[in-house]
Amino acid sequence: MPTAIEQELRPVAPSKLSLRHVSKIFRGQSGETLAIDDISLDVSEGEFVCLAGPSGCGKSTILNLIAGLEELTSGEALLDGAPITGPGRDRMVMFQEAALFPWLDALGNVLFGLKLKPNLNNAERREVARFYLRLVGLEKQENANIHELSGGMRQRVALARSLAPNPRILLMDEPFSALDTLTRETLYRDLQSIFSKRRKTIVFVTHNIREAVCLGDRIVLLSSHPGRVREIFTVNLPRPRDINDAAVATFAHQITETLTQYLETPATKEAVL
Amino acid sequence: MKRNLLTLLTFAAVLAALEVAGRNGAWDTRVLPLPSEVAAYIADAFTDGARRDQLPAAVTANATAATLGTATSTTAASLWTAFAGSTLTEALLVTLKRLVSGYLIGFLAGIPLGLLTARFNFFRETFGLVALGMQGLPSVCWVPLALIWFRPTENAILFVVVMGTVWSLMLATEHGVRTVPPLYVRAARTMGSRGLHLWWRVLLPAALPAVIGGMKQSWAFAWRSLMAAEIYVTILTGCGLGWLLHNGREVLRMDQVMGVMLIIVIVGLTADRILFAPAENRIRARWGLDKN
Repeated sequence: MPTAIEQELRPVAPSKLSLRHVSKIFRGQSGETLAIDDISLDVSEGEFVCLAGPSGCGKSTILNLIAGLEELTSGEALLDGAPITGPGRDRMVMFQEAALFPWLDALGNVLFGLKLKPNLNNAERREVARFYLRLVGLEKQENANIHELSGGMRQRVALARSLAPNPRILLMDEPFSALDTLTRETLYRDLQSIFSKRRKTIVFVTHNIREAVCLGDRIVLLSSHPGRVREIFTVNLPRPRDINDAAVATFAHQITETLTQYLETPATKEAVL
Repeated sequence: MKRNLLTLLTFAAVLAALEVAGRNGAWDTRVLPLPSEVAAYIADAFTDGARRDQLPAAVTANATAATLGTATSTTAASLWTAFAGSTLTEALLVTLKRLVSGYLIGFLAGIPLGLLTARFNFFRETFGLVALGMQGLPSVCWVPLALIWFRPTENAILFVVVMGTVWSLMLATEHGVRTVPPLYVRAARTMGSRGLHLWWRVLLPAALPAVIGGMKQSWAFAWRSLMAAEIYVTILTGCGLGWLLHNGREVLRMDQVMGVMLIIVIVGLTADRILFAPAENRIRARWGLDKN
């Protein structure tokens, strides 16, 4: 009979995600804006999909729709066949800024989501939280205040926090874009190792094509105003990948070519990566 | 340490100069008492407990510094009686009791009202507007109304203190909650936080720095309202510091007036140090607000 903690830490089956003809209109003071238009996309269980494209292509909007933080205007978003109606613990989000709570220490932040899980007692929750802090290499910083951590450490805590409730899907919105190159490269390695160890479905938003090639199984290239799926690339390079690898660079170059082609309309020229 | 010494020496020099000038007839010391007279009043009014036991209460304010010697020569136990039953101790207790109970009521009403105005447009457009208006109304303006509604009782004073506390605390809470970064709320929602949990575990702690600031401000407001009310309203159920101040003018004891004013300043400072500074420092350290 496995203990509650063992049960909790057991990798869960990743989810299957599908968007069918999804559109989203924002109503603001300047009228209506069509943010994304007729997006259809399937993400299979345990797949690492990167959404890439210039700013204004609605990649964050797609992520928020999947997270249940925003409602779609038309079409449907299905999670294992059931429509997404709101946020849920099966989908955790990691934001561009760490979005950690400054009134809690590192462990408190990781515990936040766990405290909302009824199947564990407090001692078990702490143990689970420590497991994930260890996973991101921050077991020594569990009592650190958030402002005492470096940018890279904060994103690690944020990663531990989103992994802790054991979600089936991890949604990442440019989580590494504010970090320096060295820190980022370590995190690429860590994320890939966690991805293979914990088996998650990951949707990763980025405007950095190389990052997308380094991390993704597939790359969905979007065009902007409104956001539409332009092209989908499958990356068959062996893992773990290094972002400085020649094969990654070549592949990224190929995608950037495609991107520049469709950006060569005056209206969207300034939105180049 | 060196800076503290310098501060201390400067104050001592100024007081000494005042003392010397006053003694040499630079001004009428009945109007502006000497520093030593003020100090003597405070010392006496804190130790006249034994004497006051034998005298009718109304006479106590006229106690003189001459009897000071007898109080200091007694044992520790009788010193305690002298202190515990003294004019200033009693006035302090009466005043602090009014302050704390009025502030607590204002606190218990102000925080939830602030949360409601932050959450619901209806409350913002009604209560919020009232709060904004009332905050501009000096709370001593409530005294005439309070006297009619409650007669000259403790409740009248309490009412004035509550009116001085509640609005600013309410507005500070509302502002605190409304300036919480939306990212915190989004992050919390993705982790399954909703409704009361979101309020209690995210919005309130995130707004805490602003709320503490509001608590500090409304404490100062409560203190002002109470002094105004005590000077204005004489209530037989207890004579607070404000009454002592007022009484000092009536019996032409300016050493009493200035002594009580000094006590009022010290109480205000102490309250800040004991009640708010620790909480504030804890939050500053946790959030890293001292880093620039």
